[in-house]
Amino acid sequence: MRVWVYAEAEGDKPATSTLELLTKAREIADTVEAVYVGPNAEALAGPLGEYGATTVHAVDNGDTLAGVVGAAALASLVASGAPDLILFAQTYDGRDALARLSVKLDRPVLTNGLGLTVDGDKVRVGTAIFGGNTLIETEFEGEKPYLVAIRPKSFAAESGGGGAATVAAIGDVDAGRAAEAKVSERHVEEREGPKLEDATVVVSGGRGIGGAENYEPLVEQLAKLLGGASGASRAIVDAGWVPYSKQVGQTGKTVKPKVYIALGISGATQHLVGMKGSDNIIAVNKDGEAPIFGIADLGVVGDVHKVVPKLIETLKARH
Amino acid sequence: MKPVTGIIDRSQEPMHVAVCVKQIPDPAMPGELDPGTNTLKREGKLILDESDSYGVEMALQLVDKAGSGEVTLVSMAPNNEVSGLRTALAMGAAKAVLVSDPALAGSDALSTAKVLAKAIERAGDVDLVLTATESTDGYTGTVPAQIAELLGWPSLTFAKHVDIADGKVTIQRQTEAGYDVVSASLPAVVSVTAGVVEPRYPSFKGIMAAKNKPVDQCTASDLGLGADQVGWAGARQTIVSVGAAPAREAGEKVEDDGSAHERVVQFLEQLKVI
Repeated sequence: MRVWVYAEAEGDKPATSTLELLTKAREIADTVEAVYVGPNAEALAGPLGEYGATTVHAVDNGDTLAGVVGAAALASLVASGAPDLILFAQTYDGRDALARLSVKLDRPVLTNGLGLTVDGDKVRVGTAIFGGNTLIETEFEGEKPYLVAIRPKSFAAESGGGGAATVAAIGDVDAGRAAEAKVSERHVEEREGPKLEDATVVVSGGRGIGGAENYEPLVEQLAKLLGGASGASRAIVDAGWVPYSKQVGQTGKTVKPKVYIALGISGATQHLVGMKGSDNIIAVNKDGEAPIFGIADLGVVGDVHKVVPKLIETLKARH
Repeated sequence: MKPVTGIIDRSQEPMHVAVCVKQIPDPAMPGELDPGTNTLKREGKLILDESDSYGVEMALQLVDKAGSGEVTLVSMAPNNEVSGLRTALAMGAAKAVLVSDPALAGSDALSTAKVLAKAIERAGDVDLVLTATESTDGYTGTVPAQIAELLGWPSLTFAKHVDIADGKVTIQRQTEAGYDVVSASLPAVVSVTAGVVEPRYPSFKGIMAAKNKPVDQCTASDLGLGADQVGWAGARQTIVSVGAAPAREAGEKVEDDGSAHERVVQFLEQLKVI
């Protein structure tokens, strides 16, 4: 089996989600190659090779949207020798590249993958539905290459001890009018503490915190004191209290911290699917019947406006 | 003497925005799989996917800002369902194209995008297509960029802010690190994240008016799509197993009597995070 991984970078290092995919690819494939769109391919060749890629096909997208160039580059590579399977991380750019490639190749996609099994020629993707209560496996039919997006955190990233990958430059790619989408500014949001996906402790807020103005003093303060990251339920993202980047759940991020603290979150299935893989769950909610208590290791039936300020005071006193 | 002529402001041309909307089973109700086909049951009353209300609101605001124009809804459903569309029409959309055809049952993301792209062409000269980033029930998350690729248009995805000026659309695009400012000329497809604007509630007048707004119902074959391109045949994938996930047990539950925070601190100590 030949597998390609659509590689993405964070700064001058491969994204963790890319290393997770390479680790999985190594397990299921005879040949693993990476396709990377962006600057500094040479700098990435070391770690990409270490995690399993023998070659990294690379093109610099300049100020054009990465996924647009990625899809065109992948289509041209497929035309000169298709792999059996192309893996994407379920990220913003990964989804753009996957979507456009599926049209170019006229192939279906399977996304939100949590698991991947290969049985001879068959490729199956595992996904969770109904808030993670039901797991389904879907098998591709029809012609290869199969196109799959995997949610970050689905596989462990483990070094394979390989040497640096060979960098193979992809020639000019023509993405047509799609390439008109240009990036003019990049804003890196100041972030104190760890990334939401990488944090050991995640504190999330829901409707029960009462208003946008309570997010900072309750959720962010507690997260900061615990050296963690702050997240949110879909309800308060939809309400515009916090940005989409903080959303934990089916349509947001998947997190698996050591401790997940849910404040004023009832536990809609849409939310649970994104956090029920956490090692330990603490929930504070006024409604004792809230579904979140069904999966919480420690559930506090109480008012977040009373419990959390006292918790913050106690933790501050220990510092 | 030179005759005085009116100044025509070309920046105020009518703007036509198409919004892709999905009608879904109420997410508050427990979902069910059809045991025969292993796909989500989508019978009974459907409602407007809340994710799509942001695109509808954004479209209405952009048309308002342009001074003139209209919003057309584009949707597909296997069973002539219009109740979700009526909600968006009541918000202020002018009309809808509804592709409704039993042959669409089982359609995957790519087939859906093929149908919606054709329906957008049927809607007439469109300057901008707005979509959500993903639907609440299927949430594949690829349809917006697939539509753009099919139309041969730029796609500006994951927008948390949208502006239109001088035939160009500029967005703030969500990224892993923050956001990027991205622009492209029109026509283009923009997917908007939830919370980007506050969707209005339909007024009573809007609800009454919506009943008489035109809904152009057509079939997949009206759009020139063959039976092999949509529905089960188009999906080229099959669900081979369905199982229960390992259940997570509820642990200790305490009522706050004013000291519950102490139990939380103790628990965090046990876990050695403090």
